[in-house]
This record gives sequence, C-alpha cells and structure tokens, in this order.
Amino acid sequence: MFSILGRFALWSAGVISGAIVLTRPAFAAWELDMPVGKTVLAPQILELHHLILIICTVACIGVFGFAFYTIATCRKSQGAKAATFTHSVMAESIWTIIPTLILILIAIPTARSIIAIEDTGNPDLSIKITGYQWKWSYDYLDKDKFFFSSLDRASSLAAQENSGIDPFTVKNYLRNVDKPMVVPVNKRVRLLLTANDVIHSWWVPELYVKKDANPGYINESWFEATETGVFRGGCTELCGRGHGFMPIVVVVETQERYEQWLAGELTWDPELQQMLAINAPTDKETIVVSLSASSFVKEESNDE
Amino acid sequence: MNNHTHIAHSDDHHDEKPTGLDRWVFTTNHKDIGTLYLIFSLVMFFLGGSMALVIRAELFQPGLQFVDPQFFNSLTTVHALLMVFGAVMPAFVGLANWMIPMMIGAPDMALPRMNNWSFWILPFAFSMLLLTFFMPGGAPAGGWTLYPPLVLQTGDAFPFMVFAIHLMGASSIMGSINVIVTILNMRAPGMTLMRMPLFVWTWLITAYLLIAVMPVLAGAVTMLLTDRYFGTSFFNAAGGGDPVLFQHVFWFFGHPEVYIMILPAFGVVSQIIPTFSRKPLFGYSSMVYATASIAFLSFIVWAHHMFTVGMPIAGQLFFMLTTMLIAVPTAVKIFNWLSTMWQGELTFETPMLFSIAFVLLFTIGGFSGLMLAIAPADYQYHDTYFVVAHFHYVLVPGAVFALMAAGYYWLPKWTGYMYNETIGKIHFWTSLIFINVLFFPQHFLGLAGMPRRIPDYPTQFADFNMVSSIGGFLFGFSQLFFLWAIMSSVKGRVKATPQVWEGAVGLEWTIDSPAPYHSFSTPPDVGRRRNT
Repeated sequence: MFSILGRFALWSAGVISGAIVLTRPAFAAWELDMPVGKTVLAPQILELHHLILIICTVACIGVFGFAFYTIATCRKSQGAKAATFTHSVMAESIWTIIPTLILILIAIPTARSIIAIEDTGNPDLSIKITGYQWKWSYDYLDKDKFFFSSLDRASSLAAQENSGIDPFTVKNYLRNVDKPMVVPVNKRVRLLLTANDVIHSWWVPELYVKKDANPGYINESWFEATETGVFRGGCTELCGRGHGFMPIVVVVETQERYEQWLAGELTWDPELQQMLAINAPTDKETIVVSLSASSFVKEESNDE
Repeated sequence: MNNHTHIAHSDDHHDEKPTGLDRWVFTTNHKDIGTLYLIFSLVMFFLGGSMALVIRAELFQPGLQFVDPQFFNSLTTVHALLMVFGAVMPAFVGLANWMIPMMIGAPDMALPRMNNWSFWILPFAFSMLLLTFFMPGGAPAGGWTLYPPLVLQTGDAFPFMVFAIHLMGASSIMGSINVIVTILNMRAPGMTLMRMPLFVWTWLITAYLLIAVMPVLAGAVTMLLTDRYFGTSFFNAAGGGDPVLFQHVFWFFGHPEVYIMILPAFGVVSQIIPTFSRKPLFGYSSMVYATASIAFLSFIVWAHHMFTVGMPIAGQLFFMLTTMLIAVPTAVKIFNWLSTMWQGELTFETPMLFSIAFVLLFTIGGFSGLMLAIAPADYQYHDTYFVVAHFHYVLVPGAVFALMAAGYYWLPKWTGYMYNETIGKIHFWTSLIFINVLFFPQHFLGLAGMPRRIPDYPTQFADFNMVSSIGGFLFGFSQLFFLWAIMSSVKGRVKATPQVWEGAVGLEWTIDSPAPYHSFSTPPDVGRRRNT
C-alpha cells in the first residue's frame, strides 16, 4: 500500500513541476525570503526574522523527527507492544520550561527593535501621506510640494478584465506609478500617515515600513535609506475594488538631486526614467502604439 | 398537530421515530440534529470551497481573467464567513451533538427543543448571506473582518449581512448553552469532570468561549448598523469615533473565535491518537490544563492582529508577550500527543493518518503563528500571503483535517457500517500532498511582498501563485473522495462491531453500531472504567 502511495506522490509531484516548467519556460522568480532592506533598521529586523525562523525550523525538525521515528519504530505490524505509562511530571516540566526559556530569549532583542522602530523623533524631513480610494498623495511639509501618485497607465490598461494585454509584457506591472515619492539618502524621513476615505496601509518591503493610514487619525513612522535606488510597494489593507491597484514607488536620491527635484529641475537619468515611466504617454493613441511595440519589452524581460 | 402526539408516543418505544421530512424539521433527537449539523457543514464546506477555487483560478496568473475585482473581494469575504461560521463551527457542534451525550452516558442533550432551534436558524442565516450576491451592490466585500469605514460602503447587502451574523451568533450561543448544561448536569455516575473524555473537556471550554465572545461580535456589528442607519459615530472620526475601535472589539471576539475552531479539534485528536496507539492519552490532566490556559490567554492577545494600526510601545510589548506565551501550552499538547504515540502499538487507519497529519501540520501553522507574534517582524508579515498561509495551515490541515479524522472515526458508529478504507487512504494522501502544494508556497509569496486580498498581482509573484492554484484545484477535487468514503459507509456492506476499533475505549463504543435512536435511557455506571 505504502509503495503505491509513495509512487503516486512522486508521480503527482512530477506532473506539477512538469506543468510549471512547461508553462513558464523563461521566467523565474522563486524568492523564498524577505528582501534585504535598504534602511538603517532593516538589518536588525531581518536578523530577528531569521532568528525566529531558524528557531522554529529547528524545533519543527525536532518534532517531525520524533514523530517519524515513533511512526517507524512503534508499529503494530512489526510486533510492537503498547507500553502503559500515562504521564511523567519530569518530562512535562521539561517541555514546559524549555520553550518558555527560548521565548524569553527571543523577547529581549524583539523589545529592543520595537523601541527603535517607534522612535520617530528628530526627523530631517516629514512627509504627510494620505491614502485615497485608490491612490496616494504626498505632502512635503514646509516644502510646498504636494502631488497625487496613482497606478501608471500601462498597468492600468493591462489590468482591465480580459484586456488582451499580457501582464508579462508590461514593465513593472502593477508596481509603477505616474509620480513617485522622492527622498534623500541617509536622512531620517518621518512619515505622517492618514487616509481620506477608508483605511489603507503604506508598505514598501525593502524600506521595512508598514503602517496603517486611518481616516481621521495620523500615524507616525520613519525610515532612513542607506542607498539610492527605486523601491516599490503597495497598499496592504483591503480598501475596496482598487486595493490591488495603488502601488507605491519611492525613489531614493542624493541630497543634491533631491533638492533639484524639489525645485522641479531634476532630469532623471534615462534608464531610471524608463523604469519609472515618468513620461508615461497621456493620450490613448500613444499608449496603444507603445503597447503594440511591447514585444521588445517582453524579450528584454526574458533576458533578465 | 398530529405530529406532536406522534413524537410523544415515540418516547415509549425504542427507535420508533417520525418519518419523512417531519423527522428532520421537528426533531429533538441529538443524533438527528447532529446529522443535520454535519450535512449542513459539509454543504457549506463545498460551497465555500468552490468560491476558493474561483479565487485560485483568478490568481492562477497575473491579469484579470474571470472576475471583477469587486466580485473577487466578495468571494474572499463570503468564502471566509462560510468556512468559519458555516463549515467549521457547525461541524464541531454536530460532533458535540452526536458524541457528547454518548460519551458521558446521557440519553440526549439537556435542552432538546432549543437544540432543534439552534440548528434550524442556520439554513436561514446562510441563505440570507448567500442571497446578497444577487442584491444591488453585490455581496459584502470588505473582508470577513468587516472593518469600517470600508464595510459601510457595502450596498443593499449590508443589513442582511449584519442580520445573518446576528442569527449565526444566536445559534452558536444556544448551542453552547446546551453543551454546558448537558456536560455539567447529565454525566453518568462515576463520570467525574477529570475522568471525562478530552473531546468533552475541550467542548466544555469552547462553549464558555462562545458564550463570552459571540455577544461581543453581535455588539460590534450592531454598532456598524447604527453607524450606517441611525447617525451614530462609533467608528467615524468626524463624529468623535475611531475606526480602530472596531478592530479592537472585533478581535476581542476574533481571537477567541480562532480557538473556538481549534480546541474541539484538539479534543478529537486526543480521542483518536490513543485509540490507534492502543495506549492511554499521555498527560491527561496537563492536556486539560493546557486547554484551559489557551482559552484564558485567548482573551488577552487580540491586538496582535493589529500591530501596524498604530499602538503605543507598551501595548505592542504586552500583546506580543502574551501571544508568545500561548506557544507554551500548545507545545505541551503537541508533545503529549507524540508521547501518546511513543511506545504505542500503532496502526494507521484513515482517522489516525488524518490525526498525525493534524499534529504535524498544525505544528507548522503554530510556528508561523509564533513568528507573527514578533511585532517588528510582523510589520513585514502583516496582511501578506504569509498570514494567509499561517491561518490556512491552522484551519485546514488543523481544524478541517481533525473534522475529517472525526468523520472517519465515528462514521461506523453513526451508520453501522465501515467505510471503504482504500478510498479513505486515497483521500488522505491526496489531501495531504495537495494541501501543502496549495499553502506552503504562500509563505514565500508573503515574505517576497505579496499583499493578501488582491485579485491581480505583479508578475514577480506569478510562479508560486501558479503552483498554489494547481494545489488548490487538486485539493478541492480530492474532497470528492471524502464524499465517496462517506457514501461507502452510509450504503455500507461491512457491518461495524460496537467497539469498531480495536483500541477504542469510552462509553460510545459500548453501545451498538449504529447507535440506537435513544441510547443510555438509564445511565451506565462508569465506575473506575477507563474513558480516555
């Protein structure tokens, strides 16, 4: 019986992996872990995640190992005879005390991280972020800079039901906006989060910031990016029909270029400009043209 | 009122019962009501499952292929409500109805008429909920957590949803009152509290949890109702309210609710593992105390669902530490089950297979739960597929596998015939493999940054979503084997003995299979008999 079922298991695993390999030959994104963060706090949070993950994995292996050993050795079919013990104060005390100690061990660095995360004092700049159904607005306090940021048009068109546009041909599908938020590198950026209609939540995985934006209230959070680049995220609190369609793009720039951007004088480097699709075509015809030319994009993304 | 005389008469004659539809509509018999609950929950399980398959079909690849995003949100919302309130909870109430009187040597539940009512509310509640799909604005789409202000944007379905939840709550409260009164008053002589089968213990504790928290949910949805229709501002900042208040109230219900769905599963597994290990349950009293501690802790951990909502440091630390504490009694349970198997005389019939899978896969769900308790890391996990993977691991290979184990374990007692063991085993192995193909990759999706409750996603998440969807479809269709196995017992050929399983102890195994319509009309003397 077991061998038949074992073969069945192998067979179905083979079919599944075969199906996947056949249907998606050239695209591989099998990320298994959290992204490495690009902020001051990110390494310690990632470390904490790895610490708890390792403890859980080791404990899991122990539990599974003991279970499989028992299953292999205590079978009636192999003539095992049941013992009659019903409890053991010693054993039960041990497996109460040891997990408790491990938990205390985890709690200490965790508490330290929470305190660091919640310390939003001494910011270099503050940005008020407001969530709407379904876009974000960014208000640079004391800087006279305010703008809305919504899903870029290429993604938006492709995301219509049965649009006929293959999402794989759209660069950064559902992860691109018309206007990104720009911040300087190595500066403490304080975020003041609120919402205009329903609850939203602002999350950029690589910046290790996720905070709810509640209508009528203001939440605080902060990050200090340690390198320049483009970081993408989205809304993580269900906010209605367009919940999956309000991405976040944060561009971390040098202080100098950030100031140019504030003054409206920044020229993006072409590669970044293409990535951001900042000059996204605004009239429909151009979009159709650019989409029909999208086979280039496809080949490009296959090469990656 | 012909029917009443009929029922009154049947008390005098064993096994005489009304026939046709009347038997089921007017029944006050715990076994009939148990059967109704179980069939109802099976129907809901398949309905909720079909919704999950539409969800997985839409998520099979990026882009929108099948459904509108709003309808997608309705599906996730109603899938959850159906599975939680329609499938898992009624299934455990059905088991309680069938098994508790037989396990404690009572003739029936203590409050048989209320029992009838608490079941018959449910079909109306769920019909109403399902009919909202056809109303202007569609079915509720704000998530089963019903967070305002979003849920207040629901169309005409809104008051129907609130009323349906009220009905479900009323049904649960009546069911739990019945369980408590039965257990505390109707045990056979010699069946002291600390000699009760563990399934009875876990249900006693669960029933108290239900009575404590279902009114809280009812209060929360009533506040939503008055906010929308009567000008109150409980959750509206403009009127001095706070949307986050709802989340606190909801999760004060919601976290105990999680244990309402898992504690009876612990009970089921604590019955099955000793039977097929031919060895008494290891650490009976620590199992009882662990269950009680988990139940107590469930009341003081609720805000771990809300770490990102903006809480003071002290609040985060408190809820993080209490949540981590739950790992201790849970670990005790896992170790006790494994020690029950250790040096036992194991055989691997389908109920045992499902129970072992329960213990191991629940361990995975428990560990991801511990990870979620770590507040700084939870900022990253929160509202991603990591959470989806976590709670499906504790609910599907957790609660649902325990329910299937219970089904296979007690079916011969209910129908009088053995089920087809080969079909049972095929059902087990397909479910075991595909449930992991379905949910394990979702951990990776969450860590990589995929938020939950989205109908479409960036292309980087395409691969694991496809794997997950394939697993979902195969798991879904594997459940047809469950139906087949049930039918093989209902229309069975191999008569079951009263004891059914070689290692089975406990009062329910001392009476005939199928159990007579009225059992234990005179209480048995349990004496020093082993019950667990």
